[in-house]
Amino acid sequence: MNDRNPQNPTAPLIFERSHTGRRGTTVPRPDVPTRPLAELIPAWAMRDKPPGLPEVPENEVVRHFTAISLKNHHVDKAFYPLGSCTMKYNPKVNEATARLPGLSDLHPFQPTAAVQGALRLMWELGEALKEISGMDAITLQPAAGAQGELVGAFLFRAYHTAKGDPRRKVIIPDSAHGTNPATVTMAGYEALTLKSSKEGRMDPAALESVLGDDVAGVMLTNPNTLGKFESDIETIARLVHDAGGLLYMDGANLNALMGITRPGDLGYDIVHINLHKTFSSPHGGGGPGAGPVAVKEHLAHFLPLPTLRHDADGTYSLDWERPTSIGKVHGFWGNFGVLVRAYTYIRMLGREGIPETARAAALNSAYVAARLGDTYEMPYGRGMHESVFSGAFLKKHGVRTLDVAKRLLDFGMHAPTIYFPLVVAEAIMTEPTETETKQELDRFCDAMLQIASEAAKDPDFVKNAPYSTPVRRLDEAKANRQPNVRYRAGDT
Amino acid sequence: MMRVIGISSEAELFTDIPEKFRLNEPLDLPPALSEWEAVKLLHELAQDCQNLICFAGAGYYDHHVPAAVDHLIRRSEFYTAYTPYQAEVSQGTLQSIYEFQSMVCELMGLDVANASMYDGATAMAEAALMAHSIQKKRDKIILSITVNPHYRQVLETYNLGLRIPIEIGPRTSSGMTDLDSLADLLDDRTAAVIIQSPNFYGIIEDLAATAAMVHDAGALLIAVADPISLAVLKSPGECGADIAVGEGQPLGNALSFGGPVVGLFAAKQEYIRHMPGRIVGLTDDIEGRRGFVLTLQTREQHIRREKATSNICTNQGLNALAATVYMSTVGRQGLREVAEASAQIANYAFDQLVANGIEPLFPGAPFFREFAVRTRGTARTVIEQAAKRGILPGVALSRFPHIDIVDGLLIAFTEKRCKDEVDLLVDVLKEASDA
Repeated sequence: MNDRNPQNPTAPLIFERSHTGRRGTTVPRPDVPTRPLAELIPAWAMRDKPPGLPEVPENEVVRHFTAISLKNHHVDKAFYPLGSCTMKYNPKVNEATARLPGLSDLHPFQPTAAVQGALRLMWELGEALKEISGMDAITLQPAAGAQGELVGAFLFRAYHTAKGDPRRKVIIPDSAHGTNPATVTMAGYEALTLKSSKEGRMDPAALESVLGDDVAGVMLTNPNTLGKFESDIETIARLVHDAGGLLYMDGANLNALMGITRPGDLGYDIVHINLHKTFSSPHGGGGPGAGPVAVKEHLAHFLPLPTLRHDADGTYSLDWERPTSIGKVHGFWGNFGVLVRAYTYIRMLGREGIPETARAAALNSAYVAARLGDTYEMPYGRGMHESVFSGAFLKKHGVRTLDVAKRLLDFGMHAPTIYFPLVVAEAIMTEPTETETKQELDRFCDAMLQIASEAAKDPDFVKNAPYSTPVRRLDEAKANRQPNVRYRAGDT
Repeated sequence: MMRVIGISSEAELFTDIPEKFRLNEPLDLPPALSEWEAVKLLHELAQDCQNLICFAGAGYYDHHVPAAVDHLIRRSEFYTAYTPYQAEVSQGTLQSIYEFQSMVCELMGLDVANASMYDGATAMAEAALMAHSIQKKRDKIILSITVNPHYRQVLETYNLGLRIPIEIGPRTSSGMTDLDSLADLLDDRTAAVIIQSPNFYGIIEDLAATAAMVHDAGALLIAVADPISLAVLKSPGECGADIAVGEGQPLGNALSFGGPVVGLFAAKQEYIRHMPGRIVGLTDDIEGRRGFVLTLQTREQHIRREKATSNICTNQGLNALAATVYMSTVGRQGLREVAEASAQIANYAFDQLVANGIEPLFPGAPFFREFAVRTRGTARTVIEQAAKRGILPGVALSRFPHIDIVDGLLIAFTEKRCKDEVDLLVDVLKEASDA
């Protein structure tokens, strides 16, 4: 293996740093009288061979994970223009509050009287999210946006079943996130894809033609994944409700709307909120997130159990007496640590900061659209908090959107979301968020324009990018063909 | 910026929103707090919670988290990174997930593992759906009643739409899955059997015997495991399980009032293409350098949409990282010591409680680090009284559905508990039964 950059060698696996007998920490010896383990555990249940965990001293563990961490792009380093992902800065105070002893050390089965502060935090976060979303009731239990969607689809089912027929279909526009159709399938529904209009919106006439008494509801992201506000929302809500259905908002793009307008006021019955997008909890390299679901009053009694109660005497408790609930979706009460971060964030933004965030996000997005729009085509025009460009014009040079994305990595920035939404050919979806400066946006736009000119002059140069990353393009076909998903001793 | 955009006010960016829906009044939220005020408020909330000496478990355990774990997961490079779709700039996350998968396979004794699920309960629910989809001609799932009742509730919710028939396997009077009754329930419609070991009551189940019976009937075995126990107990894989899941919280994750945690999910090689969630694979880059990518993505929702194996998108990345660092730090020997210390302290406590007249719920049943006792009066009252002495003596069985024991207390032990604390526990329970 010839590494061109000896400062950036291929990291060994933690297993390859292992030496028999080494250890990274000490474990207390029990100070109670002990007996041989064989007297405590029946022989038939005893493991002969211990699990092959690595044996590594602490300094080596720290070096190992530090070394591999340096191969990551991350928000604290530079820009992430990822559309629909809302990669905003993660305020450091949130990390401090989530780790306060008293919040981080609580066993979920402590008695209610011993967790009043934690329950009050959850209650107040729920109240704030209800106000921001314009809804009447909320569950904080879903562990992620996709699980929030699943709760939404189960609410469809519970609502219609109570009326006598769960119905069969859920309508989803062709611009929707993949989780939407995957979710309704898991909830036992058939996903019915609706083509977007030429303006990239849901077409009320097209919707009306597929609505009927077999449709449980409609899932509609707003602004949608093209960044477009669904300006016919009032008509859409009326049509869905007239057909007896429910209207669900995928809240992935709530950052564009908060404090400006409210899903509840727009006619939605259900909305899920991604705390790891809109409310700044970190993405953690792919989780944990949290996906609270807020609903109108008529669906409140179906929400997962337990919900929270705030009694007249000022105490908080978990309410399990909910006979019509859809049930539990998480082992406990949800991703509490994420809730602490979101609560801290909302309290620090306050009533003034919430709409200011949405305005700044829209301004940053519009600026990127203005600077790139003459070079990169926007088939549906400028969006609100994100815009979708097309890299199709580069095809004449043999360059694809994937190549543009990979070349951008050489500029020390993450790639935009690419090939999504599916309705735009060679899609390049950018969402700058409110936490980027004009300088950083200019650096991004300059890089995108330079890549377009590189593609025209020297297509192969762009097609072979990236050059400066810890590894270069990886052989995904090989990974798929012969999956190697774990280390086995003697493998390397 | 507005000049470049060609607008004269920010309001022009929102003209697509019909006027009538635009908020004219500020939201009814409290005004902004400064950082100090926010920290002070959060301190107040934290102080309005009581830190108790923890004997509660039920799938969720108070183990020590070595300092290196939080130190490493607090690195910006890990916690502020996105999902590793752009592999070239995500090798840190991808390699750590590959190592996580490898360690989960080692614990579970199985061939393949995914990048994690939301928690143990959802991992079990997804395992049931996966087994159901593997078994094309069989549709029934049998769930032992000794599986954590909250896991059962989550499975029932996940099953609201698919409506897979679920039958409940009864237990014996000694708190173990009744294998004779299980044999009667097994039939040619049975897709899978779900069993937990150590089970909800802390009792070690005979997984190998169950596996043999289940396989004879042509069904798959899904095992739910406590990862700490797997340092000393036979792994689900060794016993013949086809899919194994578990709550990864005990592996270096803070209790954090129930989340975020990490669901463990492993299976036999032949089922890899049926697995839910992200999977990282090893490959090479164009210069022959070893690297890692998200692989087998055609199972997943962003490619397959309504035909995906699950709707799950995120894993619990940072919690999986905490588990990986934990397993690296305690290592092979340390994990065994954690397991053994937990078992030793549990056995000492068991003997002391019995000597003081406290009655075990299932005397004689083999347990690992958790067992149930009878309390005089309701367990809830005992717990409330004990809080006054700074101790959480366990979990009241009566708080779970499908359990009809009101005076049962489930008590769990970790390496953090010392003799003085156990003696206090004995004293508290003895006092409650004398009262």
